[in-house]
Amino acid sequence: MAVINTMEELKKVRDKAKAALNMEGEANKTRIVVGLGTCGIASGAGHTMKAIEDELKKRNVENVELELTGCIGFCEFEPLVDIIRPNQPKVTYIKVDEEKARQIVEKHVINNEIIDEWIVPNI
Amino acid sequence: MEINSDGRMRAITDTSFYKNQTRIALRNCGLINPEVIEEYIANDGYMALAKALTEMTPQEVIDEVLASGLRGRGGGGFPTGRKWQFAADAKGDIKYVVCNADEGDPGAFMDRSVLEGDPHSLLEAMTLAGYAIGAQEGYIYVRAEYPIAVKRLNLAISQARERGLLGKNIFGTDFSFDLFLRLGSGAFVCGEETALLASIEGKRGEPRPRPPFPANKGLWGKPTIINNVETYANIPVILLKGADWFGKIGTEKSKGTKVFAIGGKINNTGLVEIAMGTPLKEVIYDIGGGIPNGKKFKAVQTGGPSGGCIPAELLDMPIEYDTLIQAGSMMGSGGMIVMDEDNCMVDIAKFFLSFTQEESCGKCPPCRIGTKRMLEILDRITKGEGKEGDIELLESLAKSIKASALCGLGQTAPNPVLSTIRYFRDEYEAHIKEKRCPAGSCKALIHYEIIADKCKGCGLCAKVCPVGAISGEKKQPHVIDKEKCIKCNSCFDRCRFDAIRKY
Repeated sequence: MAVINTMEELKKVRDKAKAALNMEGEANKTRIVVGLGTCGIASGAGHTMKAIEDELKKRNVENVELELTGCIGFCEFEPLVDIIRPNQPKVTYIKVDEEKARQIVEKHVINNEIIDEWIVPNI
Repeated sequence: MEINSDGRMRAITDTSFYKNQTRIALRNCGLINPEVIEEYIANDGYMALAKALTEMTPQEVIDEVLASGLRGRGGGGFPTGRKWQFAADAKGDIKYVVCNADEGDPGAFMDRSVLEGDPHSLLEAMTLAGYAIGAQEGYIYVRAEYPIAVKRLNLAISQARERGLLGKNIFGTDFSFDLFLRLGSGAFVCGEETALLASIEGKRGEPRPRPPFPANKGLWGKPTIINNVETYANIPVILLKGADWFGKIGTEKSKGTKVFAIGGKINNTGLVEIAMGTPLKEVIYDIGGGIPNGKKFKAVQTGGPSGGCIPAELLDMPIEYDTLIQAGSMMGSGGMIVMDEDNCMVDIAKFFLSFTQEESCGKCPPCRIGTKRMLEILDRITKGEGKEGDIELLESLAKSIKASALCGLGQTAPNPVLSTIRYFRDEYEAHIKEKRCPAGSCKALIHYEIIADKCKGCGLCAKVCPVGAISGEKKQPHVIDKEKCIKCNSCFDRCRFDAIRKY
């Protein structure tokens, strides 16, 4: 990683990182984000993460970025999994165990079918 | 609770739980990958540092923090800018910046969330503080019980060093600054600033009298500022968006937002950040989702072991430093424990006092002996051995401890007792005079009895009783042997005919 020496260089790094996060020019990409704060891990998010990783590998799914994030404050409903795609609203699944995780990969990520029952309720 | 069956996609950021919040300290938590510095930078991370180092003088940084009205989020609520000014004005070439990440209040986990979810915001803020006061080094004192926080902090520090955002000549200026971790071993008193500094120095974690304050004589006797995690997490945003923007959020005397960890008898356990001045009611009912199982709200405990219980009649109160203190509680670090009609307030006071009593470091007698004596009295009351005059004795001990203990831990330890006496004196009196626990929670004071008229003689209670205290013929009313009963509540929970009376 290069040293950032000026405000200009920082802005360049920022814009590049922003574009990557927004998946600009990558219409077929998917970002899967698993909540791995202490609350998530305590609810089994580590296993959720592994199950997703395993399922992606088993099914040879490409163009997917699997990432972790911290606690968003919704600890009661962990493990939380976000599915983010360019030009589509973000979807958050709640209480995602290993089994749900595998199905989310199969249905949502591969077949583009959203699993309504597991989406976060509007509380 | 409404689940989307309409097929509309929904993200957590669309829920009212999220939208009712104002997230400044938690702005990135749960949204970015804390292990990738670029994701922090993508959200304007380190922009405040770049701006301060290249466009502002150290005094201008302090002025901005002063003007924002930011007050400490860790307990006392001291104006952050003034603390920084004292340290900047103190004489000396070597100064230190310290972060208090020794979060210890039962049920509080807001600092952990920032450390785990957005460690770079803390690093950026501490570097800004270093620039403001003229320090070259900083220490983060984090508890060893937070292994994930420690891991992500270490990772963040090494990434920031690789990017030149920590180390020598940051942003090509002649300002150099570096950060180090120190792990605490879980002593509650080490959250007290002078004890924390002693612990960093490798000494026993015990407080010392102030003055001198750390701003003049802190770490290794040098001028030091010490702020908590949440306070720091506000700093980059204040510098980037300006004090005026920050000052518009909150109330006149409590600017900005506060993070609360909501727990206890509440539907949505979790972490929320709300604008100061938001009524308690909104936090508990609109964001927290109210009390489960149709029970009645009784009180909310804020401020952890140093705080107090706020009763239902004060639910409309706006959350501010001063209103909470007037109500006999305090902001503290932001723990919020909700209690319903099943909670006994004497027992709650006993719980918090037993915590502080156990965590008392023992250096000063008011805290070491005083809290022990108070706890013994509370213990007697909950066992039905309370005496006339116990309430007055508790009040008088509390007053002396508050006035004479050496540090904040002891000075605030009696608060849970005083606030419960203030609002729930009748419960104390019921325990002492009538040997009765109105909430039905103190085991020594409750009894179980079968109402013969309602009992169908199904035998279910006798089956679940773990000690065989219930007997009776089939289809005939059963009876409980009070000598044998251990008051486990199993029969009460299982009876389908409401035939068991608890009194």
